[in-house]
Amino acid sequence: MAQHLCAKLIAGYDLPDETKHWILMALREALANAIKHGNAQDLGKRVHLEMEVRDDTLHIRVRDEGTGFDPSAVADPLAPENRLKTSGRGIFYMKTFMDDVAFRQMDGGGMEIVLSKKLLGPKQKEEKGR
Amino acid sequence: MKTSVREGKGGVQILDLKGKITIGSGDVQLRETINKLVDEGKKNILINMQDVTTIDSSGIGELVGCYTSVTNKGGKLKLLHLPPKINDVLTVTQLITVFDVYESESEAVASFAA
Repeated sequence: MAQHLCAKLIAGYDLPDETKHWILMALREALANAIKHGNAQDLGKRVHLEMEVRDDTLHIRVRDEGTGFDPSAVADPLAPENRLKTSGRGIFYMKTFMDDVAFRQMDGGGMEIVLSKKLLGPKQKEEKGR
Repeated sequence: MKTSVREGKGGVQILDLKGKITIGSGDVQLRETINKLVDEGKKNILINMQDVTTIDSSGIGELVGCYTSVTNKGGKLKLLHLPPKINDVLTVTQLITVFDVYESESEAVASFAA
């Protein structure tokens, strides 16, 4: 459902299929992170999702209801000692496939991840402005 | 995800995967299938990824876990026919250097005897 809505939101932009694929993967990773790590798979907790396109940039907000975590403490999956670990790649993929990934510890509890991706390159912006 | 196992030359187990390897959809199934083969003493495993449509970090984690599990038992786990996007996902995390990847099934099966 979330992927379908996101795909509809960006459908009007002439993005390569590959870019669309990576955006949807980043969305899935953010949702999975919120369910698995944020809410610790507690069925009583919800995941909040907001998506909007503003100034030709896609913003995806995913908020969990967990106790939060320190994103800087997540081990680097590229470090040789971590390469064969079975987890710890979700945030890395989000950062790789989106332009910006921001984390915010919410006052009332939970962590919010905001993924952003520019949908127009400079040339396309120029053409749109004509 | 659908899985089926066939046996190649030299007893190599060829695991054909079809569909998604994502959180809650195929990731655990992959682990259970590999563990069953290893428990049966079948330790040379070739995973055919040709019909895998989507993978996420959980699926990648399971692939890595299976690789470690098979290797620790003295076996070998290799990959066949990686779709381009899965190749990209393995490349950015430098896991492509961990796995032996083949484009030809006969070459892949023969490599286990080397």
